[in-house]
Amino acid sequence: MKMKNIVMTAMICILTASAATAAPLDSFKGQKGKIDIAGGTAHIPVMQEAAKRIMSANRDIRITVAGGGSGVGVKQVGEGLVEIGNTGRALKKDEIEKYGLKTFPFAIDGVAVVINPENKVAELSFEQLGDIYAGKITNWKQVGGADAEINLYVREDGSGTREVFTEKAINKGAVSAKANVVSSNGAMKTAVAKDARAIGYVGIGHIDKSVKAPKLAGMTATQENAANGKYTVVRDLYMNTKGEPSGLTALFIDYIYSPEGQQIIKESKYIPLKRK
Amino acid sequence: MNDKKPLWLSASALYVTALLSTVFVFIIFCAAEGLFMSGPTLFSSVWAPDSQQFGILPMVAATLALSFSSLIIGWLLALGCLCYIHGFGGKTSASLLSALLRIMTAIPTVVFGFASVFLLVPLIRDAFGGSGFSWLTATLVLSLLITPTMAIAMEGAAAQTAAETSLTAAALGLSKAENFVWVVLPASRKWLRGAALLGFGRAAGDTMIPTMLAGNAVQYPGSPIESFRTLTAHIGLALSSDVGGTAYYSLFVAGGILLALSAGANLLLRSLRGDGEE
Repeated sequence: MKMKNIVMTAMICILTASAATAAPLDSFKGQKGKIDIAGGTAHIPVMQEAAKRIMSANRDIRITVAGGGSGVGVKQVGEGLVEIGNTGRALKKDEIEKYGLKTFPFAIDGVAVVINPENKVAELSFEQLGDIYAGKITNWKQVGGADAEINLYVREDGSGTREVFTEKAINKGAVSAKANVVSSNGAMKTAVAKDARAIGYVGIGHIDKSVKAPKLAGMTATQENAANGKYTVVRDLYMNTKGEPSGLTALFIDYIYSPEGQQIIKESKYIPLKRK
Repeated sequence: MNDKKPLWLSASALYVTALLSTVFVFIIFCAAEGLFMSGPTLFSSVWAPDSQQFGILPMVAATLALSFSSLIIGWLLALGCLCYIHGFGGKTSASLLSALLRIMTAIPTVVFGFASVFLLVPLIRDAFGGSGFSWLTATLVLSLLITPTMAIAMEGAAAQTAAETSLTAAALGLSKAENFVWVVLPASRKWLRGAALLGFGRAAGDTMIPTMLAGNAVQYPGSPIESFRTLTAHIGLALSSDVGGTAYYSLFVAGGILLALSAGANLLLRSLRGDGEE
């Protein structure tokens, strides 16, 4: 009787465990082949974790994940070099038309204004931020900081982070031609962390102790606030395929939208989106 | 001139020539498309692809300014190194310097750039104001980067001349330094110019240093402590985030201009060298 109980319990344990871990990955059973993924750098943590789990469940599947930026993602998927091209911005109309792309938004990422931790400024209004970036406000004293010149930092054209910042934080306003241009979230963080007079912007997931995010029009930049709408400077992260996805690629996209995929997205500090 | 030249020699020469011509033709074709698409806005001062403005003139000016400023400083440094190694330095320290220059050529530019972001940029910012990402910062590092290449090119020629003339000079009672100044240096003039050409090519073509240190703001070079964007940095920045469309094709025009620039500098220095000189 006792023995029977133990065996039963063990069997239940094994069953529930395999049900919990294997179920989302079941669809990959018996599959073979490879998926190449490239593009937006914000996506990499999610893609890599998903790839790792799929590959350890099925040794016959090989998934490579590369960065390169949104533009690279569009180009490579469009030309058939990779199966999935990631972008941190919505596809442009001519990109969709030229390559016949299908797009899959799967997560929300907030973009936050960052300044040096030494900077005393604790809050900026949209108007102040716009004037700072337009070059109308040139001294931190004018917004309640120390008497020091403001050093502007922006991202390069075509950057998803830049696009959402320009559209939602400075209302498509002009940016001073004197602004320094850096080419990644990491480079932005380094520049602002080293420069006491700097102002820049990064994806919320990139914020750590080396930089400080002042309140923007009363809103605190956290992923929770980005998810529940209390922080408005947000963008979607997209996977893109050439035509309707099929085979392994379709399974991979399904997996990202599955509960386990959504969990991976949360662990990577983004907010998962439901499939549209 | 020699009938017995092996087939593989001609074949490889032909192959390389064909490959290079293909590159030239490709760039010229794509540049033509870029010119056609962007029209006259290309030769303006505003780069704002969102509003169909593709001006690349500020970047042409920045490339020229940065190349020449780095070339001048780097060439003088290289000449200084040469003088130390062949004329005035002690034997041990001279060979140490020579070894150091060779090691420096092997350091990847990204290492120079990265170290400078942390060390030089804050120094420049505190000393002169601005953000520290500037013409001056990029010039200092870029000149350091091209110095070894130029010094080694100069040294090769100087070492040979010094070896040929040292006995005669000693017989005439010239010291090593005197021989260097009056005999070796004038005899190596051609190589000093050749080294400058090499240095210019490297300075104009380098991408990592200007991208990491010059700040990349699209504006004409005004003050040494202000930020600007070179053509190479521009191509690197725009390529990583934009594909297709006018902005993308305008990059080929930038590449074409870069090509014309270094080809032009080559021809200029070649004609300066002259034929009568040995």
